[in-house]
Amino acid sequence: MASPSTEVPDASPPNADPTYGSGAELIAAGRVNRGDQAFRGVALVAGLTVLVILAMIAVSTTREAWPAFQDQGLSFITTNDWVPAEGRFGALAFIYGTILVSVLALIFAVPISVGIALYANEAAPQRFKSSVVYVMDLLAAIPSVVYGLWGILVFAPNVKGVYEAVGGFFEGWPVLGTIFGPTSSGRSFMTAGLILAVMITPIVTSLSREVIATVPSAQREAAYGMGATRWEMIRAAVLPWSRGGIVGAVMLGLGRAMGETIAVALVIGSNPQITADLFAPGDAMAAVIVNQFGEASGLFRSALIGLGVVLFGITIIVNVSARGIVSRFDRRIAGS
Amino acid sequence: MTDVLERQDDSERLLLDATTSRSRKVRNCVASIWMVGSLVVAMVPLAFVIGYVVVKGIGLINVTWFTEDIQARSREAGGGMAPAIVGTLLITGAATLMAVPLGILGAIYLNEYGGKGRTAGLIRFMSDVMTGVPSIVMGLFVYTVFTLTFGLNGLGGALALACLMLPIVIRSTEEMLKLVPDELRDGSYALGNRKWRTVTTVVLPAAFGGIVSGVMLAIARAAGETAPLVFTIGAARALNPNLLDGANAALSLQIFNNSQSPFPASQDRAWAAALTLVAIVFLFTIAARVVSARVARRHSA
Repeated sequence: MASPSTEVPDASPPNADPTYGSGAELIAAGRVNRGDQAFRGVALVAGLTVLVILAMIAVSTTREAWPAFQDQGLSFITTNDWVPAEGRFGALAFIYGTILVSVLALIFAVPISVGIALYANEAAPQRFKSSVVYVMDLLAAIPSVVYGLWGILVFAPNVKGVYEAVGGFFEGWPVLGTIFGPTSSGRSFMTAGLILAVMITPIVTSLSREVIATVPSAQREAAYGMGATRWEMIRAAVLPWSRGGIVGAVMLGLGRAMGETIAVALVIGSNPQITADLFAPGDAMAAVIVNQFGEASGLFRSALIGLGVVLFGITIIVNVSARGIVSRFDRRIAGS
Repeated sequence: MTDVLERQDDSERLLLDATTSRSRKVRNCVASIWMVGSLVVAMVPLAFVIGYVVVKGIGLINVTWFTEDIQARSREAGGGMAPAIVGTLLITGAATLMAVPLGILGAIYLNEYGGKGRTAGLIRFMSDVMTGVPSIVMGLFVYTVFTLTFGLNGLGGALALACLMLPIVIRSTEEMLKLVPDELRDGSYALGNRKWRTVTTVVLPAAFGGIVSGVMLAIARAAGETAPLVFTIGAARALNPNLLDGANAALSLQIFNNSQSPFPASQDRAWAAALTLVAIVFLFTIAARVVSARVARRHSA
């Protein structure tokens, strides 16, 4: 680096790795190259498309939805009164359905996902590890609509009997009697929640696995060295370290569950109501958009797009906070 | 790590057994059952779904399935699924053509130029956020900016799928570019190559396998999507190879519509379409795995 030319301000942008890049700097320091500038510009524009698309999504959908927002005001999200024929669009029941179904999905999916992630990283014999990844890959690869098809034609009709048995057992009980109430066709909040749980398990598992894999083995060996059983080691060394990352993974799963459309549209039962009865049919934001869009026009269509805007807003908030948690976690790893 | 366990001698294990109280052993055992049980529980729906799709779908799969137009009368059996198969392949292909070059260029900016800068950080973060945007919102977006003006056609569907694929391609490609050792870049600079030549002739070829694997996963994800197509491609029953003009068809949309039908003939079509779609998607997923396994082997060698 004795050459005086390295003293010239660097014409090329900073490199990914600050310790590296002397070669590029040496060349760039000599002459500013048009080809390089152009290539950098094209790459930058490609990267910026992401921001442009996100901004366009927000602007264009809000503009189409504006008539409905203007007409309904706040009652769009605070009332449960969805009568398109009379121009009344209160979407509270759909928001309730989306949240209820997603939370149900998390209740089922999180213990299973964390269990699988722990198994794959801490307990599985070496040769099983890749097959765990394989199973998760296949679960994630099955399209939403195929889960929906299975859900509407096989799962819902068959699970109806189970719901009736459970509902009958708890009938007359104070709280549980309401939660596990009567069912009609098997299509219900619970069915949608269960199908969603299957669908978000792969993403929660794979993100949790990544987080658990960052636990330093010195911590594990220290725990084992003190005579801990495997479970004690997991509780003392693995879980405290990875808690933040797992929370982020769970929130990303939540975002995925809220936006999941087709499977929910097929199995939730399409009945906008706010009820604590998990076995009753309900409806969710994404589901109602896809089910009613075909017959919609004018203010009705505008209201459905408005539901999309609300959904977009909620998922953005969930995703941004989840990514925030995960990236804070990444920094901690990088800093350690 | 498990190798810690595997390295344990029998004598150590005996010592541990002797010094570990019964309740600790029981708790350890319960935890192990939970972990293994979770995997088993997750495999049950996988087995059921795949089993049903194969058993119920295989009956209709024959030559006419791949060659004939879609049956117009939902009560009656017969007809094929050719328009939907071709539609899915064309629409996904067009989406790939749009999203992959853009995504790879974006990733090049992030890894080779932007680095830890603020712009790159913002793009990186927003790509992550964009992977979480529901596919139905992408569909509504394309509906508002494209379909309202140009009508229902295959290109609208392709645009919506491209929006879904773009962030996936960017992030997976960037991960692969990160793996390319800096010695390769330095070597290229030492030969007098400029940065853009280094990127296109050294870095990209070195990361090629990994990029292909990421792209194939993105294709698999897009091919199975339904919600973005509901608003954008319409419903065609005849083969339409022209993405720019007229309604098109897709396997996912056929499954969605036929699964809601009360008629067994339509439901059968839904199962067979599901089998076809799952086969296409698995093909890409497994191919991606094979490619990335090969890449991993080369790296470790």
